[in-house]
Amino acid sequence: MLVQQYYQSERFVPDKEMDACGLFGVMHTGGVRFGGQMAIDAIKNMKVRGSGLGGGFAIYGLYPKYKDYYALHIIYQDKNMAAKKTVEAFLKKNFYVVFDEEIPTNPDIRLFAPPLAWRYFVSPQKSSAEENVPDDEYVISKVMHLNSHIDDAYVFSSGKDVGVFKGVGFPEEIADYFMLDELYEGYIWTVHSRFPTNTPGWWGGAHPLSILDWTVVHNGEISSYGANRRFLEMHNYYCTLHTDTEVLAYAVDLLMRRQGLPIEVVAKIFAPPMWEVIRHMDDSDKELYTALRMTYAPLLMNGPFTVIVAHHKEMIGLTDRIRLRPITAGAKGDLVFLSSEEAAIRAVCPDLELAWTPPGGEPVVVRLHTRDHLQSLNKSI
Amino acid sequence: MYPYLLSEFIVERREDRCIHCRVCERQCANGVHLYDAELERFFSVDKDCVGCQRCVNLCPTEALYVRPRLFDYRPNSSWTRDKIQNLKKQAATGGVVLTGSGNDKPYRIYWDHLVLNASQVTNPSIDPLREPMELQTFLGRKPDTLKIEFSAGKAKLASQLYPNVPVQIPLVFSAMSLGAISYPAFKSLAMAAKEAGVLFNTGEGGLPVEMRDEYADHAIVQCASGRFGVDADYLNSARIIEIKIGQGAKPGIGGHLPGEKVSDYIAQTRMIPRGTDALSPAPQHDIYSIEDLSMLIYALKEATNYTKPVSVKIAAVHNVAAIASGIVRAGADIVAIDGIRGGTGAAPLATRDNVGIPMELALAAVDKRLRDEGIRNKCSVMAAGGIRSSSDAIKAIALGADGVYIGTAALVAMGCTLCHKCYTGKCNWGICTQDPYLTKRLNPELTSRRLVNLLKSWSHEIQEMLGGLGVNAIESLRANREHLRGVGLEEWELNVLGVKGAGE
Repeated sequence: MLVQQYYQSERFVPDKEMDACGLFGVMHTGGVRFGGQMAIDAIKNMKVRGSGLGGGFAIYGLYPKYKDYYALHIIYQDKNMAAKKTVEAFLKKNFYVVFDEEIPTNPDIRLFAPPLAWRYFVSPQKSSAEENVPDDEYVISKVMHLNSHIDDAYVFSSGKDVGVFKGVGFPEEIADYFMLDELYEGYIWTVHSRFPTNTPGWWGGAHPLSILDWTVVHNGEISSYGANRRFLEMHNYYCTLHTDTEVLAYAVDLLMRRQGLPIEVVAKIFAPPMWEVIRHMDDSDKELYTALRMTYAPLLMNGPFTVIVAHHKEMIGLTDRIRLRPITAGAKGDLVFLSSEEAAIRAVCPDLELAWTPPGGEPVVVRLHTRDHLQSLNKSI
Repeated sequence: MYPYLLSEFIVERREDRCIHCRVCERQCANGVHLYDAELERFFSVDKDCVGCQRCVNLCPTEALYVRPRLFDYRPNSSWTRDKIQNLKKQAATGGVVLTGSGNDKPYRIYWDHLVLNASQVTNPSIDPLREPMELQTFLGRKPDTLKIEFSAGKAKLASQLYPNVPVQIPLVFSAMSLGAISYPAFKSLAMAAKEAGVLFNTGEGGLPVEMRDEYADHAIVQCASGRFGVDADYLNSARIIEIKIGQGAKPGIGGHLPGEKVSDYIAQTRMIPRGTDALSPAPQHDIYSIEDLSMLIYALKEATNYTKPVSVKIAAVHNVAAIASGIVRAGADIVAIDGIRGGTGAAPLATRDNVGIPMELALAAVDKRLRDEGIRNKCSVMAAGGIRSSSDAIKAIALGADGVYIGTAALVAMGCTLCHKCYTGKCNWGICTQDPYLTKRLNPELTSRRLVNLLKSWSHEIQEMLGGLGVNAIESLRANREHLRGVGLEEWELNVLGVKGAGE
């Protein structure tokens, strides 16, 4: 009989399934804003999945006072003030900056090489040539410019009423560093507990990855990254953060915002059914799924992944088509949870009403003022 | 005029093993083996031997050896044996030195300097014996986006798609025309393509009427400058129509099937008189610009009611990326790039070995250019010329190809030994000849089986390598140069290929 106490620290304790990164997301489908304690406690419960080399949070409904302005969270590596000066000159030229400040941090928390983190609330200041460019496109092009042309400056988030806080450390350390539990409230919190495996542990490489209102936390490794990246470059998304997850954030923006595809369809682009399954579908579905795989073949996400994608009013959980990574969903009243493991959900919501595990490629879609997430319950395994 | 040529091969016979069965004599179309009944002895005419190894293979007692004769001139690094021999041929004939098959010069083969990635630990590799591994791909133009409608909660496709052709594995038989190759060889390719769920390319020699019903679903028909065999019925008897502008073995050179190869059957299929030379010039005389090319592309689309993708095949040349961009903008759905190692039935030796650039560099440059211009999804890219193995094929896909043309490899599977004498019409293996005595050596039932086996083994190998990469669908490898690394390449070469050096 296996008894845990007989094992010394260096011996393996077989009491837990572990499949890499810890992910957690919680949303109040009524849109009620709440503090970060639940997200912090849940991710702490999955500490074993973390590495201390990366963690971060995305919070929606974060800046009600400035909700009509794009909130740019920009970090300056090595506290490079020259970069800050360049960025601010760029911002001044291309945006109206209504307010900016250093993102408050707790000086008592010591983390590895913290950069200077600054936030700017801006609205586009378009030149006459850019008048017809939609605001979102305008902001993306400027964010891409900042990320790819100015050394030591990276835009961590660029949406309205949303913010990403991330860095090198355990997520609870990041939360303490940015004082998330004290200073902020939101109606969606997503969190990630580990550095992206195939990158150096650096502040920009930590999750969530974001563009505009879209944020992505990801467990796994995208082996189709090169193909995805090259396709996205054709659409003017440039991957600068040296991590595979970045492609997911941009792909979501391209497909959902620009092309207007719903997540149910996007899920089938990222994690499509096998050809063998498509062959057995009825004619209408066969036509649809064949067209999706043909057209969006470069956006098929290969390799293991679980993602929690969020944007305003929606939080989506999805695993790869052969389900190499875990995800569990849970619900109680208006609170809906997505996580790498059920234990983390139960740690923060012991009286959970529902818990279920969706199969590979089947999204759990949590929407504001709906019970849409329950649709995935029927397909759960 | 006496050519003063030294023989290229030495034919050795072990008399102790020879049983005088005379198989070698019957098998050699070049008359190398002569039997003297009075002396009850064989003699060999070494100077006529092309090194095809047919006699060696079929000798029941393994009595024969055919070896290259390499060291008869004084060794000289500059004046090599082949240089001297070719000079002698030219002095004797005043003609262009011809050759067959692909370039055999020791130019750098980039495939051999590229290595693939494999998953370790964090991203599990996939075992193709236990997990699904998808190689199916679609050739043709893809839309930028899809319109999807919802009715009663069910998603339905609302966009009309461009015609696309599925291939079960991303390997397609290269253009080899009936006339250049024998009917059994041509039929073998068609049968194998059908069985394996891929495509064969008719080349410019037409598609025999009796094959159209059965093999139309697996045919790419070519429309070359000679327009041999091209009519509406021919165009509609295919999945893809290919306009041949150039080929890798002889960029800037047209085609020539000598009149003696134009039998009744070939004449009928090509729609030309029997016994006439079938000359197809290098330029298509109605194409002098991208706009002209566009007119032909749309004429072909009109003729087939926009039901078939149109491909344009070009040789890999210096400015190939810009040319490919023009081709896509002209409306082509597929761009086929044929590299300097592409095979041929007949080409001037000087052209074959010295004109054009390696396909690997051309492919990478084309893929990059099309992506930079945002038009990569408007076409498929086929890589052709010098694909020798499944690893070459998978590396071509990682460099940006949607699919790969295989020509010489398929011929080798049929029996070809690359003797480079296709242009003589005396192919002892019955592949590149119209001599009825020789063509009977190929049985399409058996030969197509060899081709299917080739495709099967390559696809197994590709699946194994894909699995190692942690990828279970071939589309995730396309242009995924993150999975390639260069070994022993210079920086400019890595830049053109768009891959990092090993260790980076």
